[in-house]
Parts: sequence; C-alpha cells; structure tokens
Amino acid sequence: MKKFLPWIVIGILAIGLYSWGKGFNNTAVEYEADAKTEWSKVESAYQRRADLIPNLVATVKGYAAHEKETLEGVIKARSEATKTTINAGDLTPEKMAQFQQAQQGLSGALSKLLVTVERYPELKADKSFLELQSQLEGTENRINVTRDRFNDAVNKYDIYTTKFPGKILASLFGFEEMARFKSAPGSENAPKVEF
Amino acid sequence: MLKYKHIILFILLSFGLNQVGFAQFEIPDKPKFQTSVYDYINLLSASQKNNLEQKLIKYSDTTSTQIVLTVISSTKGENINYLGAQWGEKWGIGQEKEDNGILIILAKDDRRIGINTGEGIEYLLTDALSKRIIERDIIPYFKQNDYYGGLNRGVDAIFEVLKGEYQGSRKSSNDGLPIGFIFILIFIFIIILISISKNRRGGGNNGRGSGGNGSDSMDILEAIILSNSGRGSYRRSSGGFGGGWSSGGGSSSGGGFGGGFGGGGFSGGGASGGW
Repeated sequence: MKKFLPWIVIGILAIGLYSWGKGFNNTAVEYEADAKTEWSKVESAYQRRADLIPNLVATVKGYAAHEKETLEGVIKARSEATKTTINAGDLTPEKMAQFQQAQQGLSGALSKLLVTVERYPELKADKSFLELQSQLEGTENRINVTRDRFNDAVNKYDIYTTKFPGKILASLFGFEEMARFKSAPGSENAPKVEF
Repeated sequence: MLKYKHIILFILLSFGLNQVGFAQFEIPDKPKFQTSVYDYINLLSASQKNNLEQKLIKYSDTTSTQIVLTVISSTKGENINYLGAQWGEKWGIGQEKEDNGILIILAKDDRRIGINTGEGIEYLLTDALSKRIIERDIIPYFKQNDYYGGLNRGVDAIFEVLKGEYQGSRKSSNDGLPIGFIFILIFIFIIILISISKNRRGGGNNGRGSGGNGSDSMDILEAIILSNSGRGSYRRSSGGFGGGWSSGGGSSSGGGFGGGFGGGGFSGGGASGGW
C-alpha cells in the first residue's frame, strides 16, 4: 500500500494539473471567441454607416452640388475606411489604431458635411434626407453600443489571461492580450451627429 | 488621533467626490414581476398605466413581441438610445431567438423620448420609422402635456408598423421542471454517492487494520476529492440558479408578460426626439 501511495499522489496531481489547464484553456477560448464576435458586430456597425454614405452624398448633391470639396472628402474618407478592415483573429494594437484612424477620418468628414447642410434649408426639409439623418443617428448609436460591448468582452478576456496564475498558462498556450478601442484624442469635443 | 481624523475625512471626501463624478443613470435590476409598463416617477394615473399595460400585454400574447414602456425623470446626461440599448439588453426584452423587443423610454425632465428596437425588429421598425413615429405621433401630444395620449398613439403607430409579424404563441408559464431544480437534484445525488464511497473505503481500511500513516494520507485524498467535487458542484449549482431565475422569473405573475422577458438582444437601433 505504502509503495503505491506516491504514484497515486502523482497521478492525482497530474489529473489536477490537466483539469486546471484544460479549464483555463477552454474558458480563455470562450472569452476570446466572444470578443471576436463582438468585434464582428463593431465592424458591421461601421459597415452600416459606410453603406449609408452613397445615398447621403447623392441626396446632398441634389441640393448642394457646389459643395464639391466636402462631398469628395466624404467619399474619399469612406473608401479609406472601408479599405481598412481587421481580421478578427488579428486584433493587434497597431491594426486597431489604424482601423480607428480610418473610421475617425470618416467621422470627421461626415460631421463636416452635416455642418455644411445647415446652410441648405430645402435640403434639411427633404424627406429622404431626414430619413438618412435618423438612420445615421441610429447607426452612430449602434457603433457606440457595439464598441463598448467589444471593450467589455476584451476586458473580460484580458483580465482572465493576465491574472496570476492564469498568466502562466496564457503565455504557455499563446493567448495574447487583445487591443481595446480607445476614444480618440479630442473626440470628447467632436461635433455630435445630433439633429 | 488628529492624523487619523484627517485620513478618515479624506477618505469620506474622496468617496463623496467619486459619487459626484460617476453620477450616471443606473439601469434598474431586471424586475421580478415582468410586465410592460414601468412608471418610475408616477407620471401616469393608475388607470392610464393599466390601460397601456393591458394593451401591450395583449399585443405580446398574440405576437410575442414585447413592448416595454418606462418613464424616468432624467437619463442624467446619457444618450437616451445608448441607455436604451443597454437597458433592453440587460432586461432581455423580447424573445431570445427573435430578439423582438422594443423599449420606449420617456425621460420627462429631459423632455426626450427614445424608441429602442431589438435586433430582430430593426428591419421592420427602422430608425427612420421610429423617428417618424416620435415626431408625428408622439410629440404633438407631449407638447400639450398629454403624456398618456402621446404614448398611446405612439404604441398604436408601432402596432401598425409591425402588423402581421411574428406570429408567436404565449409561452406557457409552467413548462416542466426548471433546469435549476434538476441541477440541484444531480448535486444531491453526487453528494450521496460520495458519502457512500467514503463509508465503504473507511470500512475497508479498518478491516485491513492499516497503520495511522496510511489512513492519514487517505484523509488528505478524500479531502482533495471532496473539495474538488464541492467546487465542481458549486459551479454547477450556480449555473442552475441562473437558469431557474430566468425561467421561473415570470411564472408567478398574474398580469405581466407570460413567461417574462425572453432574453431578446438590443444593439442600438432606434431613434429619439425631444419636445
């Protein structure tokens, strides 16, 4: 009996270690997948905004054709923003910063356009423009909501994989820290899309 | 002594400042009695509230679309649609698969109203339509301080938009055993199993008359096994309570939503307007 005892203890320790590692790994995978899902929602919210723009530009053009520069700025920013996408499995801080910058460029161009619109009362009363405005407003809200949910999901994942002792396993299994959405410098006083 | 007083004062002050700094609207916990109208500031009279409540419950009974009306005084600076998306998601308004919940928030002192659409409703009640309902159907009443009239008309307008969609049936309130109860049963079963095996092993030890050393380490083993199983079942039972809650939450309700909020998701669709 005494002879087997060390083996039993070792066996139980091995089982314990295995189940610890397995539990950690599976939970981390779950959190990672959740964060990726949230990321895809962020991207589709941005995509939704990009999809609204051609219509918006066309409508504005009908009333304010000579605001060429602003309109072109929006189109350019849009193509820039739709070009920059991130694979959900590749959420590094650099790529995230790139993505954010491209989207902010579009936000800036859009708000410039909306300020311009103020000068055209007929456009502001246009039915399809009003619809586009409210869609844009809803889309901006969607972007905010999905961004925050994405950050929450990443937060959960990051805390789980960087807390001791999980951190040891995380580096062993190759779980890397995910990047969060940061609010842009100066975004707190950016013009709001509010009508 | 004086030093300590300073420290305590400092702590109290910093707490106070924190409170001021984070003065944001706190979404109420998911209510146990899940119905369609939550008037937190008693803006509506009892009969008005009852009318709207019955109307929305009846609508939910035939279509499974859950429309919830909340009246608050202020969103405390939060965007009303942003708040609405978080609120609707937290409460899980609408059915889980269809995501067909609508949350209307009226912030009286902000003079703002927001319609928030669940993910599965967005394509019917689009942002533009929500905006139109707010501007054309609701706000004209609100401008005359007729909150009930505006809400009533707004709800009717939403019904018209959604007409014919989501032919669902009222979820039955008592569909078998709740999941939580089954987990608890399993938990008890495991405990019985463990105690039986423990007794048996103990008996074996005695029969063989093994030395104190051996039985000591056996105790440690048992402790490990017991603590492991304890941990495992703790996890299980906590999951069970979660399930029990959501499935049993609305079962005792007399006039609320049948089956309670179904767990629908909100991702920020909708519109708002002020008057």
